[in-house]
Amino acid sequence: MISARALSKRYPQGIEALRDVSFDIETGEMVFITGRSGAGKTTLFRLLAAIERPTSGSIVVNGQNLVALRESAIPFLRRSFGLVFQNQKLLFDRNALDNILLPMKIAGLPANEALRRARAALDKVGLSNREKADLLTLSGGEQQRLAIARAVVNRPSILLADEPTTNLDADSAAGILEIFRAFHQVGVTLIVATHDPQWVSCVSPRILRLDQGRIQEDVE
Amino acid sequence: MRRFLTQHASAFSDAVHKLLAFPLGTLLSLVVIGTALSLPAAGWLVLDNLRDLAGGVPKPQQISLFMVPSADKRAFDEVELRLRLARVGSWRFVPRDEALERLKAIEGVPEILATLPKNPLPDAFIVEPEDIRPEAVESLARTFSNWPEVEHVQLDSEWVRRFDVFLRIGRLMIVMLAGLFGGALIIVTFNTIRLQILAQADEIEVARLIGATNAFVRRPFQYFGFLQGLLGGLFAVSLVVAGAALLSGPLDELVALYGGRWSLRGLDLALAGSLTGIGALLGWVGAQLSVAVHLRKS
Ligand SMILES: Nc1ncnc2c1ncn2[C@@H]1O[C@H](COP(=O)(O)OP(=O)(O)OP(=O)(O)O)[C@@H](O)[C@H]1O
Ligand SMILES: [Mg+2]
Repeated sequence: MISARALSKRYPQGIEALRDVSFDIETGEMVFITGRSGAGKTTLFRLLAAIERPTSGSIVVNGQNLVALRESAIPFLRRSFGLVFQNQKLLFDRNALDNILLPMKIAGLPANEALRRARAALDKVGLSNREKADLLTLSGGEQQRLAIARAVVNRPSILLADEPTTNLDADSAAGILEIFRAFHQVGVTLIVATHDPQWVSCVSPRILRLDQGRIQEDVE
Repeated sequence: MRRFLTQHASAFSDAVHKLLAFPLGTLLSLVVIGTALSLPAAGWLVLDNLRDLAGGVPKPQQISLFMVPSADKRAFDEVELRLRLARVGSWRFVPRDEALERLKAIEGVPEILATLPKNPLPDAFIVEPEDIRPEAVESLARTFSNWPEVEHVQLDSEWVRRFDVFLRIGRLMIVMLAGLFGGALIIVTFNTIRLQILAQADEIEVARLIGATNAFVRRPFQYFGFLQGLLGGLFAVSLVVAGAALLSGPLDELVALYGGRWSLRGLDLALAGSLTGIGALLGWVGAQLSVAVHLRKS
């Protein structure tokens, strides 16, 4: 359960990226955050993942108030999320498998268990045959799927994804939506930011539409 | 606990990989660290050996008491009595005439003496003290100089004291040298790790974004510094051992030539262990400083 109250974020330069944003997301829900470029989607993503702190307001995730969280507790909070970043943040000097092993290395999982889970995650996103692939040889869609695999490999209960379909054709985007639906079906809470409402229309989920940092509509 | 061990094991293997990833760079670092550590260690050994060498040579530990020119039999008896009571060791009375005879035995001296109107030498007592520690000998000499009709006391073991001072100065210089090189080792490690952190900036950023703690990010670098220092220390040990081995043959011959019984003492296990340990410690400190400065915040 995620609950945001009167969230505002003003960047040091004075830009108000979010203004008075409030919402509740139940466990297991699938929510899409839409809005045009600059609406504040990434900012909201960063606040939810405790990468930034809000200027005012509160965010409570599973009973933990992120605003009051000690600096040293933040890494552990992040591990409970699966995070897919807008610019993916993959490591291009490593192969696909090593990218996926990173979160488990951070969590201190034994090597054999980590390898097993990494292969399962690659399998889930349809990349099991590209295990040793150099990242530069992966297509944009494959890179996106790899980023998703890395996000879910630690079996998070909440998956946060920021623009997971940028630069993808409709087919690849549909493939990623399928992957998300599969996670939704096993009870993972999904929060996905996208500027492409067309993409999600076929699953008719809940949509939070942002405009200039405010929630414009919140529809099922 | 298991996680803790797994994380440390993986940080350790990361560090080993980093060492092996650039063998040439690693080798150069090890040469620099090894040399820096081996110089003070070698100096220390040299001093140790010099002290041994000095200890092995029989030292003429003598104190000469020169009497005032007017001293007579009564004064000599007085000094003899005091020496006997003080139980200082053995002693011997050398009358001025005997001293003159001995002096005359030296080439060229009789001609000089012939120009003098009378025997210029004083009567003397030569004392060989039992306790030959420099401090003890000196304090004896001070005591003697306070006795009546003793004009002058001369310490023939002066060179021992000088040598002692020399050893002390040598040690101080080596400690300073070690401090200098230790500092250099820390700086080398600090900089190596700074470069690694720069090269891995992306990875560090990503790791932090997906939940890496500060400890997780720092650990591989700390292990790296520790391992590099440790290996550098071992390298220094091998340098010193090799140097000692090369020198000991010729030195033994040299010493044998003069009939001495002394042989070069090499690195013992304790010194080798400390050298390696100090290397590891300094490497770790350099790494610790570097991560503290360069990994403060993402
Ligand atoms: N780190 C930052 N410093 C200053 N201003 C920022 C920063 N990040 C975002 N902004 C500003 O905040 C506003 C919202 O940005 P945000 O990235 O949240 O938008 P977005 O909805 O994700 O856009 P897009 O669809 O292009 O990704 C923008 O005006 C942006 O310029
Ligand atoms: Mg964005």
